[in-house]
Amino acid sequence: MSVGAQIRTAPPSGSGLRTARASVPGGRRKKHGTKGYLFIAPFLLVFVVLLLVPLGYSFYISLFRTQIVGGTTFVGLTNYRAALSDTLFRSGLARVGRFILVQTPVMLGFALFFALALDSARLRFARLIRLGVFLPYAVPSIVAALMWGYLYGPSFGPFAQIAHDLGTTAPGFLSSQWMLASIGNIVTWEFTGYNMIVIYAALQAIPSELYDAAAVDGAGGIRTAWSVKIPIIRPVLQLLVFFSLIGTFQLFSEPDIMAAIAPTVIGNAYTPNLYAYNLIFTDQEVNYAAAVSFLLAFVILVLSYSVILLTNRRNKRS
Amino acid sequence: MTLIGRAERRLFGHLGISHHAVERRHGRRPSNVLTLIMLVMLVYFALPLFWLAVSSTKSVTQLFHSFGLWFSSGGFNLVSNVHEVFTYDGGVYVSWLGNTALYAVVSASGAALLAAAGGYGFAKFNFPGKSVLFAMVLGSIMVPFTALAVPTYLLLSKIGLVNTRWAIIIPSLLSPFGLYLMRVYAAGAVPDALIEAARLDGAGEFRIFRSIGFRLVAPGFVTVLLLSLVATWNNYFLPLIMLNNPRLFPVTVGLADWNSQATTGSGSQALYNIVITGSLLSIIPLIVAFLFLQRYWRNGLSLGSVTG
Repeated sequence: MSVGAQIRTAPPSGSGLRTARASVPGGRRKKHGTKGYLFIAPFLLVFVVLLLVPLGYSFYISLFRTQIVGGTTFVGLTNYRAALSDTLFRSGLARVGRFILVQTPVMLGFALFFALALDSARLRFARLIRLGVFLPYAVPSIVAALMWGYLYGPSFGPFAQIAHDLGTTAPGFLSSQWMLASIGNIVTWEFTGYNMIVIYAALQAIPSELYDAAAVDGAGGIRTAWSVKIPIIRPVLQLLVFFSLIGTFQLFSEPDIMAAIAPTVIGNAYTPNLYAYNLIFTDQEVNYAAAVSFLLAFVILVLSYSVILLTNRRNKRS
Repeated sequence: MTLIGRAERRLFGHLGISHHAVERRHGRRPSNVLTLIMLVMLVYFALPLFWLAVSSTKSVTQLFHSFGLWFSSGGFNLVSNVHEVFTYDGGVYVSWLGNTALYAVVSASGAALLAAAGGYGFAKFNFPGKSVLFAMVLGSIMVPFTALAVPTYLLLSKIGLVNTRWAIIIPSLLSPFGLYLMRVYAAGAVPDALIEAARLDGAGEFRIFRSIGFRLVAPGFVTVLLLSLVATWNNYFLPLIMLNNPRLFPVTVGLADWNSQATTGSGSQALYNIVITGSLLSIIPLIVAFLFLQRYWRNGLSLGSVTG
């Protein structure tokens, strides 16, 4: 629904694919059209069984409550009301919200800068840099969290060692004061390269004729980047914001590893996903956990939808 | 011509942009300031991996008593660390690596095949309900994985599949983003005229897909395969909730398990060296795959961006 709308209204970025799709003769396809079901049937089967059924089931059980005495009873939206006033859930959500407001712009800002630097063709060792920045994407988030967790650590982390040699102490990266920023750094390390590559590919697809006009006007590299390149790749940036939003709201692996390294700081509801997980496997509150997951899905849906609406309106205006 | 150069030509060929337009942008005067800034950033991105490689040569005592970012003079213990990783707890790490490979290869092949057929179906046929169905698939990208993994866990436990290999493989077959990429790819890569010609020759739709469609979307297929492979290889949440038999763990869950044993410290501080060396060994296959298959992921990521 929404992504489709966004993609359709996105200004063409010089892609041959789009024109290829538009020029398909519609008349002849109709005759064979319904055979298309055969091709999408396997996917749709998986889609129904692994997505629609679990979602429906999740909503269904979220309307019940299970007690040791009295068994399972229908309670309507009680679990949702409880979740909405649950300080643990709300503080987790707020924490993730704060995280997104800072981390996403920082990460995408760096990714954009790197991509523009690569695209400027004024970089030595461009391939080495491109590969080096992208490589963390191949590292599982668990391993990334483990590495950074040990690097942050006070016992054999090099930052603590350097600070000690200088006769001072390193910031408590694993303290409650720094933890959110420390996790933000891990996520930035993991995904800047991925975002950079996507933006870089979009920049490379800009036809160079567009630069000629800018060059005639005497625009320099930075000016061209700001007023020619960035406006053209704006739909790509929007898509990346959208994906970051979805991904970050589901933050789990990094805080889970940090919970093992610094248990008192993370607790069992640091992020909404960690909370839902602990509700099921520690507290056995399956019905309530389903309501929490569903509310999280709802928050993500509303926020990503409003991002799309907001950016689409701006696109139309400009 | 280098691998990257070929990939570039392929990519820009697809996009209908002449290669010389790209080349024209090369050959400008390199900027030392920009290069310096980027090299500093490169240090940041390389630092943890460098630390990991250095630390995997140290015993636990050396970890605590030598500078983290350089080798310890007290001996080079990489081989004994690797040996310990592979033999600790009856060689469970070997099972983890095998499980990860199995889960990743089976799920990714399945997911990519489903996406290829589905994407071709959406791109090349007009059928009632097509736009509604596709909108649903796209909308599902927004569904968070807990909202799915939790009920899937409950449903699979009802039919006794929890704590089996199927509990990882089956849910990983779903890849709405893969379908989206394959639709875009098939729309551009498979000419309608070719399909029409094959139909006039009397070929059936499945034969056309097998002998023409699939061949033309093969590069896109490999890209989706790679993306799913990475996603399953790196997955943590799903196996964490689905499995409690350590012999079935993928390497991510296994390493996290070793880490919590090491950090809770119950006399098992000795585990730090195998967590570190195990981490290093677990990332080598994917890094090698990324280095050798550069053109595919570059193609795929740019595909996503161009259509975004």
